[in-house]
Amino acid sequence: MKYNVAVIGGGVVGALILRELSKYDLSIVLLEKENDVAMGATKANSAIVHGGFDAKTGTLKAKFNVRGTEIMPEICKELNVPYRNNGSLVLAFSDEEVEHIKELYARGVANGVPEIEIIDGDRVRELEPNVSDEVKGALLSKTAGIVCPYELTIAATENAVTNGAEFLRNCEVTAIREENDVFVLSTTLGEIEADYIVNAAGNHSDEIAAMIGDNSIKLTARKGDYYLLDKSYGGMTDHTLFQCPNKMGKGALITPTVDGNLLIGPSAVDQEDKDDVDTSPEGLEFVAAKAFRSIPSLNLRGAITSFAGIRAHDESDDFVIGFSEKNSKFINCAGIESPGLSAAPAIAEYVEKLLTEKIGANKKESFNPVREAPVRFRNMAKSDREQLIKKNSAYGRIICRCETVTEGEIIDAIRAPAGARDVDGVKRRTRAGMGRCQGGFCGSKVVEILARELGVPMNEITKFGRGSKIIYDRTK
Amino acid sequence: MLNYDLVVVGGGPAGMAAALKAREEGVEKILILERADTLGGILEQCIHTGFGLHYFGEELSGPEYAGRFMKQVYDTDIDIKTDTMVLDISDDNTVTACNKFDGLLTIKATAIVLAMGCRERPRGALSIAGCRASGIMTAGTAQKYVNIDGYMPGKTVVILGSGDIGLIMARRMTLEGAKVKAVCELMPYSGGLTRNIVQCLEDFGIPLRLSCTVVKTHGRDRLEGVTVANVDENLKPIPGTEEYIPCDTLMLSVGLIPENELSLNAGIKLDRITNGPTVDEYRETERRGIFACGNVLQVHDLVDYVTEESQIAGEGAAKFIKGEKKTGEFISTEGTNGVRYIVPQRINRETDKDVKLYFRVGQVFKNVKLVVKCGDEVIMSRNKKKMTPGEMENVLIKLDTVKSLSGDKITVTVEEA
Repeated sequence: MKYNVAVIGGGVVGALILRELSKYDLSIVLLEKENDVAMGATKANSAIVHGGFDAKTGTLKAKFNVRGTEIMPEICKELNVPYRNNGSLVLAFSDEEVEHIKELYARGVANGVPEIEIIDGDRVRELEPNVSDEVKGALLSKTAGIVCPYELTIAATENAVTNGAEFLRNCEVTAIREENDVFVLSTTLGEIEADYIVNAAGNHSDEIAAMIGDNSIKLTARKGDYYLLDKSYGGMTDHTLFQCPNKMGKGALITPTVDGNLLIGPSAVDQEDKDDVDTSPEGLEFVAAKAFRSIPSLNLRGAITSFAGIRAHDESDDFVIGFSEKNSKFINCAGIESPGLSAAPAIAEYVEKLLTEKIGANKKESFNPVREAPVRFRNMAKSDREQLIKKNSAYGRIICRCETVTEGEIIDAIRAPAGARDVDGVKRRTRAGMGRCQGGFCGSKVVEILARELGVPMNEITKFGRGSKIIYDRTK
Repeated sequence: MLNYDLVVVGGGPAGMAAALKAREEGVEKILILERADTLGGILEQCIHTGFGLHYFGEELSGPEYAGRFMKQVYDTDIDIKTDTMVLDISDDNTVTACNKFDGLLTIKATAIVLAMGCRERPRGALSIAGCRASGIMTAGTAQKYVNIDGYMPGKTVVILGSGDIGLIMARRMTLEGAKVKAVCELMPYSGGLTRNIVQCLEDFGIPLRLSCTVVKTHGRDRLEGVTVANVDENLKPIPGTEEYIPCDTLMLSVGLIPENELSLNAGIKLDRITNGPTVDEYRETERRGIFACGNVLQVHDLVDYVTEESQIAGEGAAKFIKGEKKTGEFISTEGTNGVRYIVPQRINRETDKDVKLYFRVGQVFKNVKLVVKCGDEVIMSRNKKKMTPGEMENVLIKLDTVKSLSGDKITVTVEEA
C-alpha cells in the first residue's frame, strides 16, 4: 500500500498531526505498534495543560507550549473532549522559593504567557483552603487547564479516520529504506510505502530516526509514578498544584482530572528500559511524601490505582521538531516530554504547515472538524436518558456500576472508527472499569461484549493486546 | 410512575429473605430490583457446599441455598425486575431505575430495603508496586470466570489475602488443574473461617504464609511472577526476606466493601468501621422507611446470618408500612477493647422483641471473657475460648433486659477471664 504520508506512533502528537493532515487531499496512514492509540507516554502523564512559564525562553518547549495552551480549548471543543480551564498554582514554601516563583513569573512574561500573577499565602488558601499553612505564596496561572490525554488522542484519531485517514494497529516499523525516492517501511503487517514520514514514535523515536541514518536524537527514558484517587477526593483542590524544584529535587503535583478524580505525581527516575512502566515502592513513596507537603490532609486511602508513565527526555533538553538533517522528507517530533501534552496541538499545527507547504497539498472541502460527542449516560438528564433507551435499549443496561456505563456505550466504543479492541481500550473510551472497584464486576462483562462484537471466543480477548491474555482454556 | 409498598434493592439472599418476610407479615405490593439477570446474587457463582448449616440444618451449595429462596419468591406474587439497575433514591422514597425493557423506571415506595451486597477491594487500594500486566484479579472475578463462564483465568496462582473467597478459590483452581503456589496473608492470622483453612488449604497441601505480602508484580503482558516478603509487627516488609514466585495469576482476597454508593447518595449515614448504614434493631437506617440488610450493612461470613438479619429488616419494613414501627428514644451500642463494632448501632427503648448484637473482634483472643454492660451494670458475661476477626460473633439481649435498662448505652467488651 502506498501513501503520501505515514505517521509513525499513535500518541497524542501523532494523532493530532494525523488529524491536521486529514484536512488535505492526501492519503495518510497512522502506524501504531500497539493494539490501540495512546498506549505510551500519552496514557500515563499528568494530564495538564501548562501555562507556559516553566520552559526556558526561546526553546521549542516554550514556543509550542504557549501556542498549544492557546488553541487547546478550541480543539477540545471540536473533538468533544473534556477540557477544563482550572488554573494552576506553583506553591512556594520558603523565601527562597518565593524568589523562584518570581523568576518563573518573569520567564512567563518573556514567553508571552497571559494572565499570570504572584499571590500571597493567604490568597492561596482563599483559593484552595486545603493547601498547607506553610505556603508563603504562589504563581497563579489562569490559562492553565486539564484535559484527558488519551481521550484527546482517541478523538483526534477517530476524527482523522472519519475524514479519510487510515489507522493500522499492531503495526510496528522494523526498518525503513528508500527506493526511487519513496520510503519503504518494513512492518509487522508487511511493507508499506510512503512519500513522507512523520516520526512521532515517542520513547522509540530515536530508533525510528536511526532507521534512516539519523542518529541525532539521544533519548533517556524518564519514569514517573502516579497515584489516582477516588472521585470523592477530587474536590481536595480545584487548581493544579505544583511545587518548586529545589535542592531535594523536583516536586510533585496534585491535580483534579477532568473526570473528577485526584491525580498525584510524578516521581522522576531515569532508566535503561524504555517500556518498563512498573511502579516502584520508592517512586510511590516519593510521590506521597511530596504531595502531603502541599495538602497535609490528603488521605491515600482514597487511592484506587497507581501507575507509571515514561517520558522521552532528549539530551538537548528541548523538543526535536522538524525535517531530519539526513532526509528532507522525514520529519522528527521527538523528545516530547513535559509540556508535551500542552504543546501537542501546536506541534501538529506546525508540522501540518511544514509538510503541506512542502508537498503543495490542497485543503479538501469535505473535511469535518467535529467529532460527535460519544454518549455519556452518567452525565445525562432523566428525559434524555428516557429518549436514548427508547431509541436503543442497549443504553438501558448498565455494565459498569461505579461509573454508570451502559452496554450501548461499550458497543459504540468498539464500533467507533479506530475503535476499542481490548478491555483497556473500552476502559479508556467509556470509563468502564475505571471506578473504585476497578473492573471487579464489569471486567468479565466487558470481555463478553468484546468477544460478541468482534466475533471471537472470550479467551482471545486481551487486556491491552499482545500477550495480555485474560483467560485461558475452557474448564474441563 | 409505579407504586409499591416495599421496594427491595438487590435480589440476592438478603433481598429475597427481606421480601419474603415482609410478605409473610402481610405486605401486599412488593418489588425486587436486581441488576444481574437472575435472582440469587453472588451465591450463583459459589458452587461449593457449606451453606445453610445454621438456617436449614443441612449442607447446601450456593445455588441450592439461593434456589430455595427463589422458589419461595416465585411462589408468591412478589414482582421481580432483573437486569435492572437502581440509579437513585430521592428524598420522598422514589426509586429511579433502568433496564433494557422498561427504559427508565420511576417507582414510589412506602418503604425500601437496601440489599446491594458488597464488592471486593481491588489491587489499587493496596498500592502494590509493579506492572500493569493482565492476570491480576480479585478472587471473586476469577470465581465467575471458572464457575459461570467456564474458563480458566490462570494456571499457576498466588493468592494474596486469606479471606474466604480466596481460600475457596485456592481449592477450586487446584481441582481444575491449576497449581496454587501460596496463599499470603498480611496479618499474623487468617481472615477466613477455620473450616475453610482446613478444607481448602490443608487438605490440598497449599501453603498459608502468615505475616507475608506481595511487594511487587512482574511481567509485561501477562503476569510472570510476584515478589513476596515477610512483614514486621507494623506490617512493613522486612528487607532481605523477599522471594520471587513465578506465577501467571495473582488473585486478591483482601477484603470486602459494602456497596453503599446508593445509600450515600440518598443521604444515609454510614458506620466508619462497617462501611454500612447505621441502623436500629429492625435495621432501619437514619432515613425513615429505608432499611438495610446483608452485606451492604456489614460483611458477613455466613449466608445463614444474612438471611436471619434480612428477615429482621423485612419484619421492620412491614411494621413501618403498617404504621406499627415504634420510634422513640434510642439506646446506643458500642464495642470497646477489641470489639470493633456492633450492629445494630442503636436499639429502640420501646422495642418489642429480643435483640441480637452482632460484632467482630479486631484481633485473635483466647480464653477471655465477653462482657456486655449498660453503664456499670453487667448485663451478661460469658467465657470465650477463642474469638477471631474472621468469624462474626453475636450475643442475645432479652426483651426484658432491654426494657429494664436505665442507661443510654450498651457496651460490648473483652476482659481477662
